[in-house]
Order: sequence, then structure tokens, then C-alpha cells
Amino acid sequence: MLTGERRQGLALISPTLLYSLLMLAAPLIMVLTFSFWTQNYLELDTTLTLDNYREAWSKPIYSTLIFRSLKISLIVTLVTVVLAFPIAYYLSFHVKRRKALWLFLITVPFWTSYLLRVFLWKVILGYNGVLNTALKGLGIIEEPLTFLLYNANAVVLTLAHAWAPFAILPIFVALEKIDRSLLEAAEDLGDGPVRRFFRITLPLAMPGVVASTLIVLIPTVGDFITPKLVGGTDGLMIANMIQIQFGKANNAPLGAALALSSMLIVASISAVIFLLGKRFGGKVQ
Amino acid sequence: MTSALKSLPSKWLAVYAVAYMVFLYAPVVLLPVFALNDAKVIAFPLTGFTAKWFGVLWQTEALHGAVRNSLAVGLSSAVLSTVLGACAARAAARYRFPLKRGIMSFIMLPLVLPEIIVAVALLVLLMQLGMPLSLVTVVLGHVLICTPFSIAILSSAFQGLDQSLEEASFDLGETRWGTFRRVILPLVMPGVVSSLLITFTISLDEFIIAFFLTGTEVTLPVYIWSQLRFPGKLPSVMALGTILLALSVLLLILAEWFRRRSARKQGIEASATGGLV
Repeated sequence: MLTGERRQGLALISPTLLYSLLMLAAPLIMVLTFSFWTQNYLELDTTLTLDNYREAWSKPIYSTLIFRSLKISLIVTLVTVVLAFPIAYYLSFHVKRRKALWLFLITVPFWTSYLLRVFLWKVILGYNGVLNTALKGLGIIEEPLTFLLYNANAVVLTLAHAWAPFAILPIFVALEKIDRSLLEAAEDLGDGPVRRFFRITLPLAMPGVVASTLIVLIPTVGDFITPKLVGGTDGLMIANMIQIQFGKANNAPLGAALALSSMLIVASISAVIFLLGKRFGGKVQ
Repeated sequence: MTSALKSLPSKWLAVYAVAYMVFLYAPVVLLPVFALNDAKVIAFPLTGFTAKWFGVLWQTEALHGAVRNSLAVGLSSAVLSTVLGACAARAAARYRFPLKRGIMSFIMLPLVLPEIIVAVALLVLLMQLGMPLSLVTVVLGHVLICTPFSIAILSSAFQGLDQSLEEASFDLGETRWGTFRRVILPLVMPGVVSSLLITFTISLDEFIIAFFLTGTEVTLPVYIWSQLRFPGKLPSVMALGTILLALSVLLLILAEWFRRRSARKQGIEASATGGLV
């Protein structure tokens, strides 16, 4: 029997829960069902089959794209988190009064149209782009560099830029929670700065690092705008293929199978990262 | 400050922080630069100052439609997700009920799901239901991804409420609804406004879901996407982007101001990260 409080709580959350069930759970179940169906241009065949998964896992083009996406996303995650850590550390340990202002400034670029940010990286990295013009103007290079744009490097750089605030905030929060007296105690007991960092600061910041890693990793696998605008043919990722299957190729069941396959792989990698973080950091929430 | 807190060289970190900010702002500062540059090509060197690209925006009929659509979608998404967010945040802050953690994690799930998954899943469902794509379907998707942000913002507002105020109101004969309207709502109002502004901004800038779920009437980001293919349109797209950037920053500053007011009203410390993490 539900008590009054339990009933009221459930009643109050029910509109939101109902919305999530209808608009998230139902679509996810539908997409799962769909992935076991087949489509021949406009004809949808609702016989259950593993054909889409077979195709997604055996055709070289799809596996190449999935593994390239994973590789790019993992590199993006590593670069983003490694770049984010020092800035989060600086904000938490060295900035005294203007923390909120710094955090605000870090989030502002995130609120510019994502499309335009990606497009502007194209302007910066292009053949006649800002970077090449500047380097030529300074006399550092003679001919414009061509390895900047339309490859996986450009995708990594652009995504690392796009997800920076999401990497910084969780690490910052974890660092803020560290009890400063622990560091003083370590110093009193004779630990030097490096030892203090690796034995106290980093392990205690682990929950934030793990959160950042997952927050960057999971969505980047699903991005198709950055690869399409700056990736060239070598920078295309699985989400581009998913988009094509739902659009031009008109094969939504295969698209669903590709989307779910890549999600499954990312979810397994995320679980491993989470467990490793728990093991080394001890206190992952 | 004790020396223990200065365990990494302060000067180098400060240099790094500044370099990082340059990296973060590099594309953003180019936006107004090219919007005000008197050339059809988006490249250096700059050729001269002009405001004509902003003028072009006034004469582009298709853009005005997209602006109207985005405003309609943004306002509806903001209101709906804030209402849903308020229900969940209030329930989580005030009541204990079975499966609370599971339900809350499920509702917050869109925060970590790739948007393309959310978008194609909704698309598949709508296709099966035979529901035509329109601005309504875009709103359905936006509400789903905006609600977790709203909950994050409103949670601190509801957690800061003193329960004795509520009890006092009951003792004085107010009904449950009366108490909500006359006691609770005024106290959380700044948080609600902050949530409305943030969710509106998210909806205004959101592309992937709108791209999959929009019908013939496009939103601003979908319109921008269609323009990126035409080199001749780029300068005016830069002008449009500049206006959107200014608008987003303005809304963010307002949201932050309301959030702090909400925290001050309840005598709690406003967390520096805006409750988003």
C-alpha cells in the first residue's frame, strides 16, 4: 500500500515520466523492433530477421565507419579531457574570486550555433584559411598547409572544441569537492607537489574525469555535422551513414541496426571506462 | 593561501588558461569579423567595413519564416519542458517514492544519449504512427532534450525551499494549490525564469533533432544548414550568426541573473556551475 507521500511523489512526477515513456522509451523500443525488419525501397517487410545486423557487421564499409568513429571519438575524448584538466585545475585551485565569471566565459562559445562554429573551423583551417594566411604572412610557411582540413585531424580538433565546456565542468566540480586540508596534511607528512598531485588530487578528481570522459565520448560518436563539414571522405563517421540510410538511401531498418550497433559498442566501452574509473579512483558516483 | 594549494606552477597554468580561451574563442570572434567585412568571400585579408549583410537579412523572406518558426518552437519547448521539469524537480526534492532513482535517471537519459539516436528513434515512431513531420514534431523532440536541463536548474531551487513555510501555509488554512501558487511558486520563480531562458536558448540553437523531425517549415539552424552550401549567402549567414550569438549571450546573462536571485531569495549559495553538473 502506498503511503500518502509516496503517492503524491509519484503523482507529481507522472507527467514527466509519462512524457519520457511516450517520447523516449516507446521510440527506442520502436527503433529496436525496426532494426529486425527489412525495407526494400518503399516496401516494409515486418518479418523478424537479423539481416540488417548481418549486413551492418559484415559489410566492410559499415565496420570501417564504425571503427573509424570509435577511433576518432576516443582520440577526441582523450584530447578534450587532457586539455580540460589543467584549466579545471587552474579554476579550482588558483582562481580565487572570479570563478563564476571564468565558468561563464568558458560556456559562452558553446551557446553559439553549433553549425556555425563547425563552419568557422573550416574557415580557420582551409587552404586560404585564417591559419594558412597568418602563417604565410609571418613568413613561417611558403605554401598553404593542406593537411589541416578535410581529414580526421580536423574532425578531432573541431569536436574537441565543441565539447570543451562539458569536459571542464565535471572535473571542476570534482576538484572543488576536494578537502584542501588533505593536501596540507600530505605536505606536513613530507609529500612533494608531484606526489601530492598523483596520490591525492588526481584520485579524488577521478569521478569528474570519468564523468567528463563519458559526457564527451558518447555524444561524439553520434555526430554527423562535423565529419560532413570538415572531415572530407577520410573523416566521415558512422552517424553520417545512419543519416544517409534514413534519408537518401531510404533504408531506415538498416539505419536503425547501425545506430543500435554503434550505441551498443559505445555503451560497452563506457561501462569499461566507468569500472576502471571506479577501480582507480575508488569513489565514482 | 598555503603552499599546498599551489602545487602546480601558477604562472604556467595562467598562461595555459589564456591560450585555452584563445582556442575556445577563435571561431566565435571570427563571426562578427566576417559579418562586418565588405567581401563576398569568407577569408582574410579583410577588405573593408560594412553593415550591408545585416541589411540583406531584412530582405530575405525565407529567413523571416525560419525566425518565426524557431521562436514558436523555442517558446513552446521552453514552456512545456519547464512545466515537466518543475514537476520532476519538485517531486525529487520533496517526496520519497518507489523507484525514484531509476525514474530520475531515465528522465535525465537524453543528456547522455547521442542526439542522432533520439532523433531517429522519434522519427521511426512518428513514421509508424503515420504522423506527418511538422513544427509540432520538432517541439516534441526539443521538449525531451530540454527537460533534463530544466530539472538540473530547478532542482536547486526546489531543494532550497524551507518545508516549514509550506506547513505554516497549511496551518493558516491554505489549500494545496493555494500554497503552491502563493508560497512556493514566488520562491522558485527566478529559477523558473532561468529554466525558461536556458531551454529557449537550447531549442533556438538545436539542429540535429530539428533536421530529422522538421517538415516543410524549417527552424533557424535548419535554414542556416541549407544556406551553408551557397558561397554567396555566407556573409549574410555570418551576420545572422552574430545576431544569434548576441541573443544567446543576452539570454544566458539574464538566466544566470535570475538563478542567482533564486539562490539569494532562499539564502543558499548559488553554485558556480549553474547546477548543470
